[in-house]
Amino acid sequence: MTVLDQHVWQPRTDPAPLLPDPEPYRLLGTPEAGALDAGLLTTMYGQLVRGRRYNRQATALTKQGRLAVYPSSTGQEACEVAAALALEPRDWLFPSYRDTLAAVARGVDPVEALTLLRGDWHTGYDPREHRVAPLSTPLATQLPHAVGLAHAARLKGDDVVALAMVGDGGTSEGDFHEALNFAAVWRSPVVFLVQNNGFAISVPLAKQTAAPSLAHKAVGYGIPGRLVDGNDIAAVHAVLTEAVARAREGGGPTLVEAITYRMDAHTNADDATRYREDAEVEAWREHDPIAVLERAMRERDLLDDAMVRDTEQDAERMAAALRERMNEDAVLDPMDLFAHVYAEPTPQLREQAAMLRAELEAEAQS
Amino acid sequence: MSTATTATPVAAGRKPATMAQALNRALRDSLAEDPSVHLFGEDIGTLGGVFRITDGLAKEFGDSRCTDTPLAEAGILGTAVGMAMYGMRPVVEMQFDAFAYPAFEQLVSHVAKMRNRTRGAMPLPITIRVPYGGGIGGVEHHSDASEAYYTHTPGLHVVTPATVADAYGLLRASIASDDPVIFLEPKRLYWSKADWSADAPEEVAPIGRAVVRRTGRSATLITYGPSLPVCLEAAEAAVQEGWDLEVVDLRSLVPFDDETVSASVRRTGRAVVVHEASGFGGVGAEIAARVTERCFHHLEAPVLRVAGFDIPYPPPMLERHHLPGVDRILDAVGRLQWEEA
Repeated sequence: MTVLDQHVWQPRTDPAPLLPDPEPYRLLGTPEAGALDAGLLTTMYGQLVRGRRYNRQATALTKQGRLAVYPSSTGQEACEVAAALALEPRDWLFPSYRDTLAAVARGVDPVEALTLLRGDWHTGYDPREHRVAPLSTPLATQLPHAVGLAHAARLKGDDVVALAMVGDGGTSEGDFHEALNFAAVWRSPVVFLVQNNGFAISVPLAKQTAAPSLAHKAVGYGIPGRLVDGNDIAAVHAVLTEAVARAREGGGPTLVEAITYRMDAHTNADDATRYREDAEVEAWREHDPIAVLERAMRERDLLDDAMVRDTEQDAERMAAALRERMNEDAVLDPMDLFAHVYAEPTPQLREQAAMLRAELEAEAQS
Repeated sequence: MSTATTATPVAAGRKPATMAQALNRALRDSLAEDPSVHLFGEDIGTLGGVFRITDGLAKEFGDSRCTDTPLAEAGILGTAVGMAMYGMRPVVEMQFDAFAYPAFEQLVSHVAKMRNRTRGAMPLPITIRVPYGGGIGGVEHHSDASEAYYTHTPGLHVVTPATVADAYGLLRASIASDDPVIFLEPKRLYWSKADWSADAPEEVAPIGRAVVRRTGRSATLITYGPSLPVCLEAAEAAVQEGWDLEVVDLRSLVPFDDETVSASVRRTGRAVVVHEASGFGGVGAEIAARVTERCFHHLEAPVLRVAGFDIPYPPPMLERHHLPGVDRILDAVGRLQWEEA
C-alpha cells in the first residue's frame, strides 16, 4: 500500500452510473408514450398552448411600450411548464430571467410575474406565496440560493425540494460550479435544470464548452447527469419528477440538461439574424414542443380539432385579460424607493426621503 | 451631546478577556439562544477558524450549526442567501478580507438588494464576518482594509468594533438584525485585552451609534476599528503639545451617526479623520464631506484625513510606512491652522 492509497486518492463513486445517456431521453413518439397518463397530457397541452400565447402577448406588449423588455421562452415552453408541474406546492422554484412562464405555470399572477420587465418594481410577487424565488438576472447566481434553501429545509426536517433553472451560457459561470459542488457535498435536495437552447444571446454552445454534453458536468461533482429532449414535455416531466423524488428521498441532487431551442431572439431588443441562419430556426419548427405533443395525443385520440380550438380560445381569453390589465398604467409611489432598503431607514435615508418628498410636493404645486 | 456611550462597567466577575474571546462568546450565546442561527465558513469547524474565533462551537453545537464548507466564498454567501430565504439566520466567515472578493457578486446583487427587490417580503438576516485590516505582518491578500467597497453598497449595514465589549455587543446586535450586516473584525485587535465579564456583558448601544472614547476641547479625531488605539495613543501624546483631543469611535459606518460626530466637531472646531484604508474615495472622504456640510461655520480649519496611501497594500516589512501612526496623526493635527486661532 502506498501513501496515495491511504490518504490522497480514494475513489468514492463509480462514475459509470452517473453518466448521462448518449442520446437525449424521449417519450413522445416512442412506444412508451402509449402508457402516459391521458389527464396529465391534456393538462400539459393546455399549459403549453397558454404558455406560447403568453410569450407572444408579452412580446407584443414590448412593441406597445407596455414592457421595457421581454426575454421570450418561445420554443422552450415544454421545459418551463414541466418544471412547474414536477414540483409539489411545498417545493421551491428558482427561475432565471427567461423563466417568467415557469413562474406563471406554478401559479404566480401573470401580471405580477412581469413586474420586473414592466419596470414598475424589481419583483412583483411575494416569493413565499407560491414558493417561487424572484426571477434572477445575474446568471447562475440563483443556483446557490436553491442549494442553501434546500439545505435549510433538510436541516429543519422538511421534505422540500428546490428546482433551479439556468441556461447553457450560465453553466460557464463560477456560481454554477460552486452550487453543484455544495449541493453534491451536502447531498442537498436540489434539481438543476439546464435549458440548453443553443445560444447565450449570440454565442453558440460550441464557444461555451468543450464538454461532451452539459449533463456530463454532473459526473465531476459525483452526482447523476441526465440528458433529455427539451421539446418533449412528457420526457422532461418524467426526468424531472424522478429527480425530484430522488432528492426528496435523500438521494441528493441531479443535473438535467434539456436540449431545446430559443425560437425568438434573446429579447425583443436583439437581432438574431446577425448570428444564426433562418434555415436552422425553420428546422426546429418541425420539432416544436406543441406540435410534438399534439402528434402524440392525436395518435392516441386524446385530442381532436374541437379540443384544439377550445384550448386556443382559452389561451386567447387569457391573453386578452393580460393585455387589458397591462394596458392599465402602473401605480407608482416614488417614496417606495426608501421604504424597503432596510428594516428601518437609516438617518441618511430619512433625510433623502424628505428631500424627495419636498420635490414631489413642489412638482404637484407647479 | 449624543447619549451614545457604553453603559457603566459591571464590576463583578470581570477579568481580562481578548476581543477574540468576546467574539467567540457572542457566537456561542447567539447559537444557544436562537436555533435558526447557523455558522458557515472555511475551517471554522474542527479547527475553530484560522483565528480561532469559532473555537469549540462545532463540538458544542454540532457540525450542522457550525459547518466547514467547501472552499468557495461565492458558494458560502450564495447558500447563506438561500438559507435566509428559508427563515434561517446564517453567520458566515470570510477567512480574510481579500478572500471575501469572490463573494462580491452575491453580496451586491442579492444580499444587499433582496429586501428592496421584494418590497420587504424577503429580508436576508445574514451576518458576514470579515477579519480585516493590516498590522499583523500578513503577506499579500491578508491585510486589506476593504470597508469602502461595502459602505458604497446600499442595503448593507457595516460595523466594526474597536473594543472587547463592543466586539461582543455589536456581533450580538448584528446577528439579531433583520438586515444583512458586514461585520469587520480588526485582525490586529483580536488579541487586545480588556477587563470584561462574559457572564454579565455590558450593554452596548444599538448599531448606528458612535461613541466618544476620549473627551477633549482642541480637535476631534474621528476613527473606527483598528485605528482607534492609535488615535487614543496620539491623543495622549498630544497633551505634551498642548492639544486636548477628543476621539470619536464610529463603530458603525452604515448607518452613520452624523449626530455624535457633528456634535463633537461643533464643540472642538477642528477634525481629523483617521483610517488605514486608502484615502481616495474612502470612508474618510465621505466623513470629511459630511462634517463640512454640517459644521462649516464651526470649523477653524479644513477637515483633514490621515489614511493609508493610495497604493496596493504593502508587503509586511514595509507596512508600518503605510499605516497611520501617532506621528502622522499629530502632524495632521499640527496643520489645523492653530496660528490663526
